[in-house]
Amino acid sequence: MEISSRALWTVIHGLGFGALYLLACSGALVELYRFTLSSTPGEPTPGQERFLKFYLLAMVVLAWTAVLTGTYVIYPWYRAAAPRGKTDLSMFPQRLLMSSPATSGWHSLGMEWKEHVAWFTPISITMVAFVLIRYGRDLKNHRHLRVAVLSFAVASFIAAGIAGFFGAMLNKNAPVQGGTTIRLSRGEER
Amino acid sequence: MTRTNKDASPNASALTNGSGAAAILAGGIGSFALAVLACAGDKLAAIKNSLIFYRPTGPLSGATTSAILIWLATWGILEWRWRNRSVVLGRISIIALALLGLSLVLTFPPVVDLF
Repeated sequence: MEISSRALWTVIHGLGFGALYLLACSGALVELYRFTLSSTPGEPTPGQERFLKFYLLAMVVLAWTAVLTGTYVIYPWYRAAAPRGKTDLSMFPQRLLMSSPATSGWHSLGMEWKEHVAWFTPISITMVAFVLIRYGRDLKNHRHLRVAVLSFAVASFIAAGIAGFFGAMLNKNAPVQGGTTIRLSRGEER
Repeated sequence: MTRTNKDASPNASALTNGSGAAAILAGGIGSFALAVLACAGDKLAAIKNSLIFYRPTGPLSGATTSAILIWLATWGILEWRWRNRSVVLGRISIIALALLGLSLVLTFPPVVDLF
């Protein structure tokens, strides 16, 4: 069982950071909803408040790590130009997708949207974490602030969802390949 | 859009809302800056070339780096101005969310193609 180093980076980026962010975000949205839209927000204990702040900080780290690895590690492999006359485009995902009308939309719509929309996620969740950390329990006295925080958290979830969906579909249609081969286990010989 | 601390909510709030408002509005402005830069880079070759900060990543590197700098600079300035003030947060929230919504739409390729 083997995996290429580029495929491993794609797994780290997509599953390690991106999918984990989406999972964490769904949990955070429930907690933020309870905290923000309730007419009489419950008073969290200091331990619960500390946990929520730590949780949001972890989400900030996940979001930034996901977009930075995507933009500066994987995207250059994705958009690499194929040498002139090259017919096997399997190592050049963007060119491979663009070479067929059946798959070109995954680049022209999917990647073109994903590469920008993903960046709204760390911007939004950093803001959300800052406000939660800054205001803490005092947030119950700022209704507009609570609604805005929840709205930005939803936006970060939507942006991450769009990026995650297209990331998965792009990798299904034209996986990033190459680099060194990492052997995970030795298979049984037949 | 600002008012003095004395006019703030009658609730016994320990903090003014200015700092939160600064973060929210800066988030909207930063997102919108990214959308505008991405759109401009897609339409104008000169801007596209000027946004190539890191060649392997292409203009995406410049669009995102510039937008992050705009976001942080705006946030810093607004935080400095509003930190100890109470502001009209309802209007600021609507502006910030409108900018965020516009940003999501402006990065959608079929919409970019309309320009």
